[in-house]
Amino acid sequence: METTITVKNLTKKFGTVVAVNNVSVTVEPGTFLTLLGPSGCGKTTLLRCISGLEDPDEGEIYIGDKLVYSHVKGISLAPGKRDLGLVFQNYALWPHMNVYKNLAFALEIQKLSKDEMNRRIKESLAEVQMTGYEDRYPREMSGGQQQRIALARMLAYRPHVFLMDEPLSNLDARLRMDMRTELKRLHHVSGATTVYVTHDQVEAMTMSTNIAIMKEGVIQQMDTPDRVYHFPATLFVADFIGNPKVNLMPGWVSGKDTVDIGKFNVPVSTLNQTGDVVVGIRPEDISISAKQEDDGVEFTAYSVLPSGAETTIIARKGDTELTVREMGVSKIKMDQKIWLKFHKEDINLYDKASGNLVNG
Amino acid sequence: MAASTFDQQTKVEKLQTYLRRFYRWISRPQVILSLIMLVVMFYMVIIPLYRMIVTTITVSDSDLRVLKDANIGDITWYHWLRMLTSKIAVIMTYEPLLHSLTISLGATVLALAIGGLMAWLVVRTDVPGKGIINTLATVPYIMPSWTIAMAWKVLFKNAKSGGTPGLLEFITNQPTPDWLAYGPFPIIVSSALHYYTFFFLFVAAALLSIDSSLEEAGELSGAGRWRIMRKITFPLVVPAIASGFIMTFSKTMGTFGGPNVLGVPVQYYTLSTMLRSNTGIGNYGDGFVLAIVLILFAMVTVMINQRLVGTRKSYETIGGRGFMAQKMKLRNFKGLFTGIMVVFQFIIAVLPLTLLIWSTFMLRTGDYSLNNFTLAHWIGKGDISINSGEPGVLLNPRIYMGAWNSIKLSLFTAFFTAFFGVILGYAIVKGRGTRLSKLVEQLAFIPYVIPGIAFGAVYISMFTKPVGPIPALYGTFALLVVVSVAKHIPYSSRSGVSAMLQVSKELEEAAAIAGASPWQRFKRIIFPLTSTGFVSGFLMTFITTMRELSLIILLVTPTTAVLASMTMRYIENGNEQQANAVIIVLIVLVLIGNFIISRFKGGSLKKGLGM
Ligand SMILES: Nc1ncnc2c1ncn2[C@@H]1O[C@H](COP(=O)(O)OP(=O)(O)O)[C@@H](O)[C@H]1O
Ligand SMILES: [Mg+2]
Repeated sequence: METTITVKNLTKKFGTVVAVNNVSVTVEPGTFLTLLGPSGCGKTTLLRCISGLEDPDEGEIYIGDKLVYSHVKGISLAPGKRDLGLVFQNYALWPHMNVYKNLAFALEIQKLSKDEMNRRIKESLAEVQMTGYEDRYPREMSGGQQQRIALARMLAYRPHVFLMDEPLSNLDARLRMDMRTELKRLHHVSGATTVYVTHDQVEAMTMSTNIAIMKEGVIQQMDTPDRVYHFPATLFVADFIGNPKVNLMPGWVSGKDTVDIGKFNVPVSTLNQTGDVVVGIRPEDISISAKQEDDGVEFTAYSVLPSGAETTIIARKGDTELTVREMGVSKIKMDQKIWLKFHKEDINLYDKASGNLVNG
Repeated sequence: MAASTFDQQTKVEKLQTYLRRFYRWISRPQVILSLIMLVVMFYMVIIPLYRMIVTTITVSDSDLRVLKDANIGDITWYHWLRMLTSKIAVIMTYEPLLHSLTISLGATVLALAIGGLMAWLVVRTDVPGKGIINTLATVPYIMPSWTIAMAWKVLFKNAKSGGTPGLLEFITNQPTPDWLAYGPFPIIVSSALHYYTFFFLFVAAALLSIDSSLEEAGELSGAGRWRIMRKITFPLVVPAIASGFIMTFSKTMGTFGGPNVLGVPVQYYTLSTMLRSNTGIGNYGDGFVLAIVLILFAMVTVMINQRLVGTRKSYETIGGRGFMAQKMKLRNFKGLFTGIMVVFQFIIAVLPLTLLIWSTFMLRTGDYSLNNFTLAHWIGKGDISINSGEPGVLLNPRIYMGAWNSIKLSLFTAFFTAFFGVILGYAIVKGRGTRLSKLVEQLAFIPYVIPGIAFGAVYISMFTKPVGPIPALYGTFALLVVVSVAKHIPYSSRSGVSAMLQVSKELEEAAAIAGASPWQRFKRIIFPLTSTGFVSGFLMTFITTMRELSLIILLVTPTTAVLASMTMRYIENGNEQQANAVIIVLIVLVLIGNFIISRFKGGSLKKGLGM
C-alpha cells in the first residue's frame, strides 16, 4: 500500500530558534524524498515532527488520510500509531538484546504469532543480507552490520512510511557507497514512501526521486534531482548543489538577452528582467578552446586540475574566476590563453536582490 | 480538511482543542512523574519546613507557664527573642553556633588536607599500595561517623572529666590534658579522619579526568612544575574540592555523634547537641529556632561556596575516566610517603576498631590489665552491676530488636530511594530544558543543604497530627523511613539522573516508534539498561542508613530504636563497653549487607562511590 505524507504550515521552535519555519510539503506515494541542507537547517527536526518524536508548534501533518498532528485541533498521535519506521543516525540498536530480540520487539507488541514472527525476522535479515546473525549482540558487529540490522529492524514490522536520519554518515566511504546501492534497491522493491535526511548532496542526488533543499528552517526548492541540479530555484540552492561549484557572476542586464559581467558579456534569455542580476552556469556547461573563436571570451588558464575521468580548469580574466570542467584529460596548459563559450540555454539568471531564478 | 485556523472553530471545538492539548501534556510520562514527585517532595520537604517555622512562632501549651496571658495557637516572638536576644542566648545559641562553625571549618579543612594529599599520591605518584588505599577510602562509609570518636575516648579520656582513665593515662600514669581528651580538638580530628574520604574520592576523580595533555602543553611552553600545578591542575580540581567542601561542611554542621561523645561531657555544646537537649525536654519552640539557625548557616555556606566556584558545578562530582597522566616519581621520598600512608591507614581503620573491641572485654572501664577481662558484655546473662542489668549484646533481645529495626529501616529506605531515583532520573532527564524538570531538580536539591539533625527536627513538628491523606506518624517506625528517604532524595535524584543519562534517548525513541507504551519502554529498555546503577545506589543507601544517627536521633522511641541510636543511649547511661559492642555489631551487619547486595547485578560500593 502506498501512502502520501502531507505537511501543512509546520513550525517548530526551540526557545527563540525557529528550527522549522512554516513548511508545507506533500510527499507523493512511493516517493524517495531527501531533505538536504547544511547542518542545523532543521532537517532532523522536520523528520522528527513527522515521526511524532517532536511536537511541532504550528501546522498539520497527514500520513495517508490519517490526521496525525494538528495544532488547532490539539491532536498528536503517538509515534507508534503513525505506521512508520525510523532509522537513526547512531542506529539505536538496543545493546542488551541480540539481533533476534531487537527485531522481535515491535512484532511482539503487534502480537504476531511465533511462526509469523520468525518468518518476518528471517525475511528481513535476508533482505539486508544478514542471515544467520540472529544471536549476535550489537557490540559484536561492525558499524556497517549494525546499520543493516537497524534497517532490518524497521523492515520487520513493515511500516508504510520509512524515515531515515543520516543513516550512512557513520560509515566509511566504501561502505557508504555499497549501502546507497542497497537502500535504493530496497526502496525500489518495497515502494514505501521514504523521507531521507542527509547533508551529503551526492547521497541525495544518487538515491532520491525528489530532493527538498532546506535553509534556516525553510524549504528552498523541492524538485527532482535533475531539475534541482539544472534549474536551482535560488542562488542558495545553485551554490549548495554541485561539485565543483556552480559559477556565479554578478552583472547587469545591458541589452536584450545580454548580461554585462564587466569585461565581457554573456548571452542569456532575460525575459524582461532589468537591473542587477547574477548569472549562474555549471562548470560543464562552459566549452573551452585553446584557439581563438568568434563568440569565445578570452581567459587565462590559472590552474589545471586533472582527476582522471575529467579535468577541472580554473580560468581567470581580471577579477572574474570561472571553474570549467572538461571530460577526460585536457590538453590545456597552465598560464595558457583559452577561449570560453557560454551556451544561452544552459545559463540561469537570478535576480540579485531576491536571489530567485528569473528564467526557469 | 475543515476548520484549519483557530478563529474558524466554534466554542465547543476550541474547548475540545484545549482539553486535547492538556491531556497530551499531562499524559507524557515525564510530566506525570514530575508532578507526582513534586507532590511527594512538597509533603516530605516543604510542608515540614513550613510547619517547623510556624511552631517557633506559635504559643504551645508548655509556653503557657511563661506567657500567662497568651492562648495556645497565638502568634508569639517569644522563642526567637529568647534564643537570639535574651541573657541566655549566649549559652543557648551563640556559643553552640560558634562551636559548630569551629568544628565544621576545622574538620573540613583538615579533611581537605588529608583527602587531597592522598588523592594526589594515589593518582599522580608512583607510591605503592594504591589498592589498599582505595579500599581504605571506603572504610568511613562502613563505620559510623562517631566510631573514631568512641575509640578516641577509650584512648585519651582522663579520669578528671571522664570518671575513669583512658588507655594513655593508664599506661603513662599521667593525666591526659583536657584539650586532648575532650572538646574541639578531638572532635575536629576524629571527624576529619572520617570525612576526609569525600575529598579523597572527589579530588581523585577530578585528577583522573584531567587530560594530561593539558599539563604537558603547559610543560612544553616552559612553565615550571609548581606553576603548572597552580595554573592548570588546581583550577581543574577546584569544583571537586568545592563539592567535598559542601558535603563535609554540611555533614559536620549537622553531626551529632562526635560532639555528643567528646563534647557534652565537658559542656562543650554544638548546635546539634544543644538542639537535642532542648527537644529532649519537649522544648520544641527553642529547639526549632536552633534548627533554623543551623539550616540557615549551612545554606549560606553552600551559597557562598557556589558563588565562589561558579554556578552549580560543585554539586556534580566530576566523572570521566582515566587519561593516563604522567606519574611523578617520588624516589627517595617513596619510603617516607609509604610510611605516612601505612600509619594513617592504621590510625583510621585498625586502631579504632582494636580499641573498641578491646574495651568490650573489660569488666570495669579504665582498667586495661588482663585480670579485668570479661565476656559479660557479649554473652553475660544480665547482672545488675553491669550495664544496668542488661544481658550481653549477643543475648540481649533489645539489641536484636534494634538490629532488626536497623535492617528494616535500611532496606525500606534503600528501596524507596532507588525507586525515587528511577522516577526522578527519568522525569528530570526526559524533561530536560522544561521549567517543570528544572523545578523538580531544584526541589530535590533542598535536603542536601539541611544538616542531618535539623532535618530530623523538621520532622518532629510534622505528622504529629494527620497532614492531608497522611496519618499521624510521630513515634512510628514509618516516620523514620520517611525522614531517611526524604534526606536521600538529592542522592536519588543525582544517581537517577546519571544512570538515565547513560541511556541515549534514541534507544527509547526507537521503542516508541515501534509502538511500545511508556510502561513497556521502561520495563524492556530503560530499566534493564540502568539497573546496575540502581543496585549500586541501593547499596550506598543501605549502608548510609544503617549507620545514620544525626538524622533520626530526635525521632526514635524505645520501640523504634535502631543500633545507631542505641549506642548513644548506652554511652549516655555510662555503659561504654556495651555501646562499643553495639558499634561492632553494627559494622559487622553493614559488612554482611554489603557482601550480599553486591552479589546482584555487579553493583558495588566502589561503583556507587564512582571509583
Ligand atoms: N532539542 C533541541 N533543543 C534546542 N535546540 C534544538 C534542538 N534540536 C534542534 N535544535 C536546533 O534547531 C536547529 C535545527 O536543528 P536540526 O533539525 O537538528 O538540524 P539538522 O538536522 O538540519 O542539522 C538547530 O539550530 C539546532 O540547534
Ligand atoms: Mg540532523
